[in-house]
Amino acid sequence: MSVDDALLAIEDLAVTVGTDEGKAEILDRADLVLRPGSIHGVVGESGCGKSTLIKAILGLLPKRTVVERGRVHFEGRDLLQLSGDAMAREVRGRAIGFIPQDPFQALNPVFRVGDQLMESLRWHGLPGEEAPLRGRVDRATRARHRAHLVSVLSAVQLPDAEQALDRYPHQFSGGQRQRLLIAAALSTRPKVILADEPTTALDVTTQLQILKLLRELAERFGLSMIFVTHDFGVVAQLCDTVTVMYAGQTVESGPVASVLGAPLHPYSRMLLACHPDRAVELAGIPGAVPSPLKPPSGCRFNPRCTDARPVCAMARPAVTTPASQHRVACTLYPPDADPATRAA
Amino acid sequence: MLRFILRRLLLALPALFGLMVLTFIMLRVLPADPSAALAGENATPEQIAAIRAAFGFDLPIWKQFLIYFGQVMRADLGTSLFTNRPVAADIALRLPATIELTFAALIFATAVGIPLGTLAAVWHNSAFDHIVRIVTVAGLAVASFWFAIILQFTFSMEFDILPLRGRLETGIDPPPFFTGLYLIDSLVSLNFTTFLNAIEHLIMPAFTLSLGGLATIARFTRAGVLDTMQKDFVSYAKAAGYPERRIIWVYVLRNSVVAATTQIGLLFGALIAGAVAVEWIYDWPGIGSYAVQAIFTSDYKAILAVTLVVGLIYAFVNLAVDVVLALLDPRVAETL
Ligand SMILES: Nc1ncnc2c1ncn2[C@@H]1O[C@H](COP(=O)(O)OP(=O)(O)O)[C@@H](O)[C@H]1O
Ligand SMILES: [Mg+2]
Repeated sequence: MSVDDALLAIEDLAVTVGTDEGKAEILDRADLVLRPGSIHGVVGESGCGKSTLIKAILGLLPKRTVVERGRVHFEGRDLLQLSGDAMAREVRGRAIGFIPQDPFQALNPVFRVGDQLMESLRWHGLPGEEAPLRGRVDRATRARHRAHLVSVLSAVQLPDAEQALDRYPHQFSGGQRQRLLIAAALSTRPKVILADEPTTALDVTTQLQILKLLRELAERFGLSMIFVTHDFGVVAQLCDTVTVMYAGQTVESGPVASVLGAPLHPYSRMLLACHPDRAVELAGIPGAVPSPLKPPSGCRFNPRCTDARPVCAMARPAVTTPASQHRVACTLYPPDADPATRAA
Repeated sequence: MLRFILRRLLLALPALFGLMVLTFIMLRVLPADPSAALAGENATPEQIAAIRAAFGFDLPIWKQFLIYFGQVMRADLGTSLFTNRPVAADIALRLPATIELTFAALIFATAVGIPLGTLAAVWHNSAFDHIVRIVTVAGLAVASFWFAIILQFTFSMEFDILPLRGRLETGIDPPPFFTGLYLIDSLVSLNFTTFLNAIEHLIMPAFTLSLGGLATIARFTRAGVLDTMQKDFVSYAKAAGYPERRIIWVYVLRNSVVAATTQIGLLFGALIAGAVAVEWIYDWPGIGSYAVQAIFTSDYKAILAVTLVVGLIYAFVNLAVDVVLALLDPRVAETL
């Protein structure tokens, strides 16, 4: 996978945050490639920096974080170089849509759902149209926005779409709220959708319904999506390609069939072995994700790795491509023969 | 919403009844022998007995209460010992002045306190925030009479740009009675000279009275905005591309104002208490200065009537606050 045919690509991203106990490296050499029309999974234990990655794309890194290195390529630009104003006007809610983790907390409880869902259209315009000047919308425009939203709400299979817009968030179930938020993300027809664990807060049955819906929507609208999860089962169901992250680093990436069928990195293998859906005994990985305050030297996984050798603690392993489009950062694999492949 | 208001009104009834019991106790039960008190020091036992029969003090206490209840219901609050007019008439005459003063103070406190608190939260720990904090602490700490004297000294005596006292200049007639609020009545009757004069007179008293409330509202708004800005729906709104200003001044503020509004209801008691002092200092012809006068002349019927009326207003304001809260937050309406 090269950066050139990517719709969105993160290259060698490093983010630190100043804390009371010192500087924490919450992302270090994070890479990711999203190709048009595909769903790309980002998987890793909690605390591996998945949400930070999403925030970096959106230009919403929290206070006291510093981007030390890296680029976020999107539509010929580096999003990390754009001003906050340009990100708000051109990227967030317009070119890039967002589906949040917790549908119970993401909607403002004191505003009608319709007023909130209408905000993106008010500031970014209907798909293919100019945004209204300074968010001023007349009655006719508002009516067209509303009609558009109703059609999107039927696409996400929310019953009584018309009435739903006049209700308040607490009058919906968690699954319905997530449908509302998916509709909000789709309404401006963004080129990329970012979803940060959008089913984690829901019960299992609802999770399955939402995953099925996302799969259908992706096929119907040809969505390109980055889907964050800590669950390989979800990746298997939904994604085309996947990136495995550990302690702020990309350790492995490639087509889902290849990464799940023949995982290369010891961390991926152990994570896959944890998944209860697979007929493997629930292993659980001994140890915990290291604190980003003092990450292990070399390969960050080496203290927990059963295959670790002295060399693993000495230097960051190079990224290699042992199988077609399947990349891994681990000393178990010989370096790529062609340096051009490595640079890509 | 109508059902909510009705239910809320029903809930206010026991409180109002309690208020009547309280004033009744103060009026009839607490004085050891009200008939003797009324008859005076040199009264004969026969005179006292006559008064007792005439005022119904020999009746059982529950009957007396029923009579009192009936009187209050008919707005019959007795005759003032000082003005020698029906207390109800005195209050009706003076209440609009107090309402005008307290509402002007409340509106000013809200209109300035909410933006001040919001900006202090948006720029928290900045120089602006620190200045607002110092000003609000001072606003709560400074005694209103002291502040009033400084204002009077500066703007009336030193620079002579605002009137020292009163509600209108002598020589200017009050506008025709419509609401009793001079600002509104003079506007409605197109008396602009009167209107401007009424505003000039209102500025210093209303500003003095508003200070404590302004400080409280600013502090609660600041805390509310800071708290709300941490909420998930704010980071979602950012990620979904709402402009930053819109997020703060519409989405965050609406949630924070809920907390500040609750405070406004509680504030109103302090505001009325403050009005007593402020009206006295500025010679404002409202029920506050009436109460002071009544206390100085031991005009107990007037004192109790003021208590009753203030309690009524307090209950009404808190009802209004609850309605506003229900309008601001749809979940509130469902809890009642
Ligand atoms: N603002 C911050 N200040 C300090 N540490 C942070 C901050 N944000 C995230 N972190 C740390 O960065 C790491 C990655 O967090 P996150 O991106 O939320 O992980 P994930 O989404 O994979 O669970 C965690 O160790 C977390 O404690
Ligand atoms: Mg996360």
